[in-house]
Amino acid sequence: MLSLRNLSKRFGGVVAVDRVNLDVAPGEVHALIGPNGAGKTTLVSQISGSLSSDEGRISFQGHDVTKSKPYERVRLGLARSHQITSIFRRFSVLDNLALAVQARSGSSFSFWRPVAAERALFDEARGLAARVGLAEKVEAVASTLAHGEQRALEVGLTLATLPRLVLLDEPMAGMGPEESQRMIALIGRIRAGVTVLLVEHDMDAVFRLADRITVLVNGRVIASGKPEAIRADPQVRRAYLGDVLAA
Amino acid sequence: MKKLVAVAVLVCLFPLAMQAIDQGFYISFATRILIYAMAAASLNLVLGYGGMVSFGHAAFFGAGAYIVGILAVEGITSVWIVWPAAIAVAALAALVIGAISLRTRGVYFIMITLAFAQMTYYIFVSMKAYGGDDGLPLPARSTPGFGVSLSNDFVWYYLVLALLAAVLYLLHRLVHARFGRVIEAIRENETRATAIGYPVYRYKLVCFVISGAIAGLAGALIANQTSYVGPALLHWVQSGTLMVMVILGGVGRFWGGPVGAAVLLSLEELFSGSPLLGPFALHWQLPVGAILLAVVLFAPRGIAGAFAKKPQ
Repeated sequence: MLSLRNLSKRFGGVVAVDRVNLDVAPGEVHALIGPNGAGKTTLVSQISGSLSSDEGRISFQGHDVTKSKPYERVRLGLARSHQITSIFRRFSVLDNLALAVQARSGSSFSFWRPVAAERALFDEARGLAARVGLAEKVEAVASTLAHGEQRALEVGLTLATLPRLVLLDEPMAGMGPEESQRMIALIGRIRAGVTVLLVEHDMDAVFRLADRITVLVNGRVIASGKPEAIRADPQVRRAYLGDVLAA
Repeated sequence: MKKLVAVAVLVCLFPLAMQAIDQGFYISFATRILIYAMAAASLNLVLGYGGMVSFGHAAFFGAGAYIVGILAVEGITSVWIVWPAAIAVAALAALVIGAISLRTRGVYFIMITLAFAQMTYYIFVSMKAYGGDDGLPLPARSTPGFGVSLSNDFVWYYLVLALLAAVLYLLHRLVHARFGRVIEAIRENETRATAIGYPVYRYKLVCFVISGAIAGLAGALIANQTSYVGPALLHWVQSGTLMVMVILGGVGRFWGGPVGAAVLLSLEELFSGSPLLGPFALHWQLPVGAILLAVVLFAPRGIAGAFAKKPQ
């Protein structure tokens, strides 16, 4: 579904992502793990198109998207969430989601007809709110939501684009245990319809959700495979998991 | 809605009242407010709704005015040619300036729009055939045909009022339509707007061009209003004045531009002309500045924002 070939990104002299090869298969939850500064977010940004790549190729569903604009990738079905919550904070939950639905349903170069009259947009937004557990909060202004709810809203925004693959960049970041459990359940639900590339530090979540895991250290893939194999891999334990599992 | 009707009745009756008490000057003054209301509303579209802090709106305002002046020198005065030409040239200028400036953000955007406006200023100053430094007096107001003359201040007031109403209606539709929602979303969070699939650059550019076109129409009207176009219309101080109007009235509030224009010009009139301050009237900027400061400190959402019921 998604395949990266020899993908690199340099910032000045620093190689953040170093000739990465990665394949995400349709329907799987593929986790991308690694220590801080390993290049995970950089890699996600290259895939989503918010960062350009210095070398290598990205193909998505048979399209070469290496040079595509971010919005073109979204239209092909590639959507992302951000490590630092990125939502429309001053809009209501419903307006947030309706705006995301609007982005893929018809032209938004429409200057005359009031959006408020477009029932279909808001009906769909309500459905999405329910899907991410925010049915009770549709009228709330996004900035007033609890942290976990804001993260859920962001997942809702990515789902609104009707993606085939979602890139979730640390969806549990900053969450308490209870909120994390809710997010794990949410990802468990959405995976039925969409492939997931999950960047996460929460190993409990990773091992519960992932079908396959890729480990990134210093911009390089040091291992990729089934969770059991990754857990047992001596190199991975030395570079990353040893610390995390011990802690 | 009640407030709107009250204001509408007031502005419609104003010239009649002024004529009744023999204060014709104030009809012309009110027309000036209406024109600046249009210009400020156009700036508020990019600045308030789109979050693009354009410090070069005088370029479009002034270009619209100069087109009227230049065409008048060439003997073309028909409203039906001159005003569309002013709008078209301002829109074109906005397209070129926007296409380049919108590749930058934040302070860089402010500076680059300012730089373009100053370039436009010097272009017009250097055109000796069209007045250069001295500007251009217009022999008469543009001519609408059909035996109507705009030289009557009464007729002129109502025409400007009708145009302002039309522009505001158009803007009202626009900001509540899909396009307006996208523009506001981009202002709120450009990264997110991109990530849900909007080509944000295109939306910003279209917004910038619409705003420039409206500023161009306002410019064409101000040229007719004063029967004179001069480089001061293009000067960065003019851009600053429009920005002050928007801030005073309320950034991103629908009535922000018109309210700001009315308040600022009224204050200016009150303090500069005034028996109120006696010899200190020369320094009218001082009290106006103090009031502006007070608004920014105590009503950060602007005057229109302070009177609105809902926060936005």
